[in-house]
Amino acid sequence: MEIYEGSLDVKMIFGKWLDEQSHSNYGAFIPFVGTIRDEDDIDGLSFDIYEPILQKWFDGWVAKAKTQGAIVKMAHSRGDVAIHTSSYISAVFSPKRRIALELIDEFVEDFKANAPIWKYDLKNGKRIYAQERSTPMIGSGLLG
Amino acid sequence: MIQVEFLGPIGHSDMQVEASSLEQLSTILKQNPIIAPWLDKSAVAINDEMVFRVDTLLKDGDRVSILPPVCGG
Repeated sequence: MEIYEGSLDVKMIFGKWLDEQSHSNYGAFIPFVGTIRDEDDIDGLSFDIYEPILQKWFDGWVAKAKTQGAIVKMAHSRGDVAIHTSSYISAVFSPKRRIALELIDEFVEDFKANAPIWKYDLKNGKRIYAQERSTPMIGSGLLG
Repeated sequence: MIQVEFLGPIGHSDMQVEASSLEQLSTILKQNPIIAPWLDKSAVAINDEMVFRVDTLLKDGDRVSILPPVCGG
């Protein structure tokens, strides 16, 4: 898991991951790239991350992927990220394509629901919490 | 004494609180008008482990994190 300040250098990170696995004999590499769209007059997005719990969440996925002979990778931005650049990329390497295709779907969906990352719209010089697009994590409401 | 931290957009500084269970902590936090609206939609971790039972006991020195709704990517 990799955290970067600002926009991700997608080509550099994917290149690094591919180089790392160039002799691992994985038959499938499925990447996912999240790019910030120009919508609702935003200048970009901004992110807070709670890294200790994010790392544990990710470690759980590493272990799950390992049981299927696969590996998962992810990189995410912290701070401000401009439109038309990327804040999140992930990938699965696996021996055969079916496992990787299924894992990337589950992994990205669980990421959206349970990774401790908070998103803000950057608009007119303000940083506005994206409350309506946010999802309570599993177990929320314990103290309510 | 336990420490409570409020992550992401909650916008409240850390608190030092006397509480021996999450139930007690809930009662205390519900009295705070800034924090109370977040409680029914926030998850809870103790010392960076997610917890799922309100009868979980707290011990001196524990660090409780309040995690509001998330949206990565």
